[in-house]
Parts: sequence; structure tokens; C-alpha cells
Amino acid sequence: MTPIEETENTHTIAVLVDNEPGVLARVIGLFSGRGYNIDSLTVAEVRARRHQSRITIVTTGTPMIIEQIKAQLGRLVPVHSVSDLTLEGPHVERELALVKVAGTGEKRVESLRIADIFRARVLDSTNESFVFEIVGDTGKLNAFVDLMRPLGLVDVSRTGVVAIARGAEAL
Amino acid sequence: MANGKKKANNNTGTMSGSEILIKALSDQGVTRIFGYPGGAVLPLYDAMHQQNSIKHILVRQEGGAVHAAEGYARSTGEVGVVLVTSGPGATNAVTGLTDAMMDSIPLVCITGQVPTHLIGNDAFQECDTTGITRPCTKHNYLVKKVEDLAHVVHEAFHVARSGRPGPVVIDLPKDVAMAIGAYLAPDKIEHKNYAPQVKGDASAIKEAVALMAGAKKPIFYCGGGVINSGPKASKLLTELVHTSGYPCTLTLMGLGAYPASDPQFLGMLGMHGTYEANLAMHDCDVMVCVGARFDDRITGVLSKFSPNSKKIHIDIDPSSINKNVKVDVPIVGDVANVLEDMIKQWKASNAKPDQKALKAWWKQIDEWRAKDCLKYVQSGDIIKPQYAIQRLYEATKNLDEVYITTEVGQHQMWAAQFYGFEKPNHWMTSGGLGTMGYGLPAAVGAQVAHPDALVIDIAGEASILMNIQEMSTIAQYRLPVKVFILNNEYMGMVRQWQELLHGGRYAESYMESLPDFEMLAESFGAVGLRADKAGDLDGMIQEMLKTDKAVIADVRVEKLESCYPMIPSGAAHNDMLLGPEDEANKPISEDGMVLV
Repeated sequence: MTPIEETENTHTIAVLVDNEPGVLARVIGLFSGRGYNIDSLTVAEVRARRHQSRITIVTTGTPMIIEQIKAQLGRLVPVHSVSDLTLEGPHVERELALVKVAGTGEKRVESLRIADIFRARVLDSTNESFVFEIVGDTGKLNAFVDLMRPLGLVDVSRTGVVAIARGAEAL
Repeated sequence: MANGKKKANNNTGTMSGSEILIKALSDQGVTRIFGYPGGAVLPLYDAMHQQNSIKHILVRQEGGAVHAAEGYARSTGEVGVVLVTSGPGATNAVTGLTDAMMDSIPLVCITGQVPTHLIGNDAFQECDTTGITRPCTKHNYLVKKVEDLAHVVHEAFHVARSGRPGPVVIDLPKDVAMAIGAYLAPDKIEHKNYAPQVKGDASAIKEAVALMAGAKKPIFYCGGGVINSGPKASKLLTELVHTSGYPCTLTLMGLGAYPASDPQFLGMLGMHGTYEANLAMHDCDVMVCVGARFDDRITGVLSKFSPNSKKIHIDIDPSSINKNVKVDVPIVGDVANVLEDMIKQWKASNAKPDQKALKAWWKQIDEWRAKDCLKYVQSGDIIKPQYAIQRLYEATKNLDEVYITTEVGQHQMWAAQFYGFEKPNHWMTSGGLGTMGYGLPAAVGAQVAHPDALVIDIAGEASILMNIQEMSTIAQYRLPVKVFILNNEYMGMVRQWQELLHGGRYAESYMESLPDFEMLAESFGAVGLRADKAGDLDGMIQEMLKTDKAVIADVRVEKLESCYPMIPSGAAHNDMLLGPEDEANKPISEDGMVLV
């Protein structure tokens, strides 16, 4: 028997589903029931007329597990298609975060300066706080949050990853 | 709606939700429903009371209804139908649904629900049925509008029976069952995207056949998928096995897919499979897996599973492929469809297996067979359980239609080892979930489907008590089910494992305070029989067979007999225990101890 490859990789999987009650519970239940990881999960209706939602899942596992995840997702009745964006060619990923930083004086000014470098926008401001909006890939967001930590980071809200394949083709 | 309650009007094609349900079931070909009434399903029962096309079988506990529907489905190839009430009705059905999910049995289970405006209010007999049954069904529906009902029922049948079959739940709130709506005939139903792949990929089939034709030590390893694919699949499998001249082994769920009396059959494989089947699996160079799923009861320890073989895997469910074992040629498709293409390809390519190699392979297999791994010694008065099954088989094998169900445990394995099945759909057992209490209600279902056939539940004295209330169902419908109990006064398999793994400390595995099964039978209007000595056995079996009523036969067997051969937990196929004398030589590893 071929030895099972043990290296774990992170994959971004796009799933097109019927937007019906319980469909998200089905997907999440599959992951928890079978012990798969969810690093991030986003969902929203994308084809209103056809009542279809797109779920983007970032997950980590060995190649055999990733293959299982896709096959298990594929056999759920409300699932239309399962695409492994990581395997199927180049794609772009974006995530949005709202980052609240509280402080005064030099730290406050420094946070604004870094936000500028990262092209983050100020959404809300009080005399002792900012709420920044930042868009980018997961690595960029992590870097920004890390930099804000010593400058008075108090709260973070992130959307999780959304992703789409490059080029002219649809899912 | 209090005063102006609309009435169903057949002229305009509108009817109540209950009538829509009955009509939809009837249009799906349903003639039998297994169920139990309750508050939330009263309108459905009222509608059923006023028609004749569907007969309702009243069970004594909802769990029994689901197993009965499983027995019905497995013995007919049709979808089994269950009707239970909300709350406890639904939760009692969960074990059976999980059982059907694991063994891929097509069921549609209709559960009542509290009216829509009470959902989420912790109402009387409310539970989150779709939430609870989501992981143990192939799909489930909560019907919130009567307009959706007909469509949902038709779709549920389509989902239950197509692809890899499985249970589907329809949760129906009481107000929807009473609302008035329009009916939709099944021919107008089309599912948006659920379309399992039936036809296998031609290039994969070509590759598989080339691999098979070049094999020196091939084996067919086939499972319940062959049976689910229909009787044609069994015929095609037999044809392919005969054409190739290769050996064939079956899983517990697959028994009957290939004739047991055929010389190319090696017996069942797996934990309690035959020595020759398991050794052939271990040593083969090409394995053709047809409709089986490399379950842990089959493979033993994965790292040592058939180390030198190329593997071909035919399965309709892509998620079964490469789940436990990496295969070389996966073919997604329906077994019958793929086998037909394979036979064509085999003939078209003029495949000529290496006869010299094949001869040597069969010689090797015959050497393994010579071990006679199922041997036992029947001497003296005490009945060996194996002997009891063998005598039952001898007495019934020439009868026309015999359906065997089992409970779970040692008796189940002995039945699998010693009862030979020539045809598919005649063997009903709980394989994946291992549900004690399955056999008696499953026998009810099989007998309802085949009123004139001989239906035998091979049981243990512990398992039978788990759903013994169904004797009352058997009495009500005058079902001549025969219950054949191998009574050793222990939960035998638990006792065997305690012996193997826990120093023979029999914690709670002795069956205290057993009923007198003969009197129990009589109290349900059945006939009670008993055999204490080997010499009484044949006479008792004949007595049982000529009784036209239900029978409980209490066969007192050797108490401490263990089930062999056995692949102990954590061991490989070529590391079998052939009998108690082997145990001392092959102690079980610590890794094996934690496995089930």
C-alpha cells in the first residue's frame, strides 16, 4: 500500500449551494462530525434569482483528507458544485477586518501612520480611539493586527476569506 | 381561518396536506407503511383510515418501525416507509435511521411536528427533528407550506432510492397536514442538481480490465453495493467472476451477491471472515473492490492491509473512494452499469489471464482452505452454536424462499459463516451500526413483504430482548416469523472480548433473570419450543418449520463458545486467531486494545 502522505496543506474551497434552511448547518455539521478543520468560513447569497449561496471554506488537511472533504461536500443534496480553488489554478483571496485601536498621544498617531501604509481606512474616530477598515489577504491582515497590538488594539472583527478564480470562467 | 375553514375539493384538485401525502405515497408505489400514531400525526392517520391503497402496520415502538421498514426495503429492493409522531416518536426513530444510513438502506420516514407557529417554543412533544436527524439521514426536509408537500415527498423518494441509497426524513407540522393545497404528480418533479453518476468512466474501466487481465493473484472483494444495485448486478458479478476464473469474497453486507455454494467463493472476509478469504486479500496482487467500502471490520490494521496489491474500486459514492485505503483505479458509478461495461471490455479486449499463475494461486488458496478454519467439534449433548446454525441451514436450504434476519453479536457472525446465501436480498443484518434489536422488527418487515415465505430471525438471548415488544406486532398481523435464539446466557461477543482483552472479568455481560422464552412466546400467541440437547435439535427445527404460526425457538447452546476465526483489533489479515489455542501466542497490542 502506498504510504499515506502526512503533510498538511491549507486549501480554499468554494461551494455553491441552494440557499435553503439548514444548508449551512449541514456543511458545518459535516466538518464537526467527521473531525475536519475549519480555518475560516464565509457564506452569502450570490445568485438571488436562483436562490444560490456561495460558501468559501478555508481548511487544512492531508491530501487524502482534503479529497474526502470535497467528496463529502459533493454528496450533500443541496450542493451544486465544489471547487478546490487552491488546486484548480490561480485565484485571488480577500478578507476584510474592522480593527479598533484605543489610545492617545504618540501611539494614536503611530497607529494612524501604519494604517496609512497598509491602506486601511478610518471608519470611526473618537478622541481616544479609531476603527480601521482593512482589506487584503489573510497574511496582510494578520500583519496589521500584530502591529496594532502594542498601539492599543482592543477589538477585531474579521469576515473570513472570500475567494474567486482568476480569468474569465465562472464556477 | 377559524370559521371559514376551507374544505378539500376534489373537483378543483385541492386537498388537505394529509391527503396530498397519502396520494403522493401511493403514486410512489407505496403499499405498506410501518408506524405508530400520536398527536402530531392524527390528521395523517385519519386520512389513511379513509383509503385502501396503503396498509399501515402498527408496531410497538417507533424504533421497531424503522427496522421493519429496513427489512421490507432490503428484502424487496423498494423504499421502506415509516410514519411516526413528533418528539419521542422522532427520537425513537433515530437509531433505525442511523442504521439505514450506515448500511445504505432506502427509507422515507415521515415525522409529525408541532404546528409551525409553535416550532421553537418547546411545545409539548416538540423536538428539533431536522436538527437531530441531519447527520443520520441522507437528506431531510421540514415542510412549512402545503404547496411544497407533494414536491418534497416525490423528491424524498428520488433521493432515498437513487445513487447510494439512504434514509430521508420529512418533518411535517400538523397545521401543514391540515391545510388545503394542490397536488403535483411525480412526473412533474425534477431535481435541480442531485444527479449521482451512474455510468463509469470508460478509460478507467479499460485500465481496470487491463490490470485484472494481467493479474497473477487476483481477488474480487464485493459488498452491499452489489445488492443495492439490484439483482442484475449480482448476475453480472457472477458472470464476470466465472469468466475470469478469479476467487471472490463478500462482506457481511454483501452475502448473497454471489452464490455461497459456488467453488470460486471463499466465504466472508473480515474480522470473523474465513482464513482463505483474508489471506487471499493479504497476498493478492490485484484487488477488485465492488460496492464495498474498506470498513475497519474488513481491513484490520490499515498499515498492513493488502500491502502488495493494485486496487480497483467501483462505488457509486465518490466519498467512499480513497477514504480509508488509497486505490489505484477508482471507478465512480452504479455497480450493475460498470460491471456490464467491464464484461464488454473484458470480451472486447480478448483478455487472457495467465492460467499458470492462476493455477498456482488457486493451489495456494486450496492450501489455506485445507486449514478448515470454521471447524468445530460437536460431541456430547451440549449444542454447539455453529452446529445449530448448520442444522438450520441444512433443514431450510432447499426451501423456495427463505429470508434470514439477525440481531448483533456472536450469533450474527455464526449465521454469516454457516448459513449459505445463493441470492441477493435474502439476508438482512445490521452491519455498519451493529444495532442489537434489529432482527425481530426486520423480520416483521420481511414477512410483511413476503407473506408466504419463511422468515427466520437468528437471534441471541440478549439482542432479542431489545425489541421483544414487536412480538405483539407479529401477533396482531399473524406473521409466522420464526425466532431462532442461540441462548448462551451471555452477551456472547462482549464476553468474548472481555476474555480476550480484560482478563476474563465478565463485567455485566452475564444475562441474569432471562424470561422463560417458551412462556413468553405463548403469552404473545406464538409457539414456544426449546432444545437442550444436540439430539433434540433436528426435531425442534422440524417442529418449528411445520408450525404455521410465529415461533420462538430457545436453543440452549454451549455457554462459553467463542467466535473464530478472528482478526484481533490492531492486527493484520495474515495474523488471524484460528481458535482459543492461538490467543496465548498472539497477545493483543496496546494500540489494538483501544479499538472497537
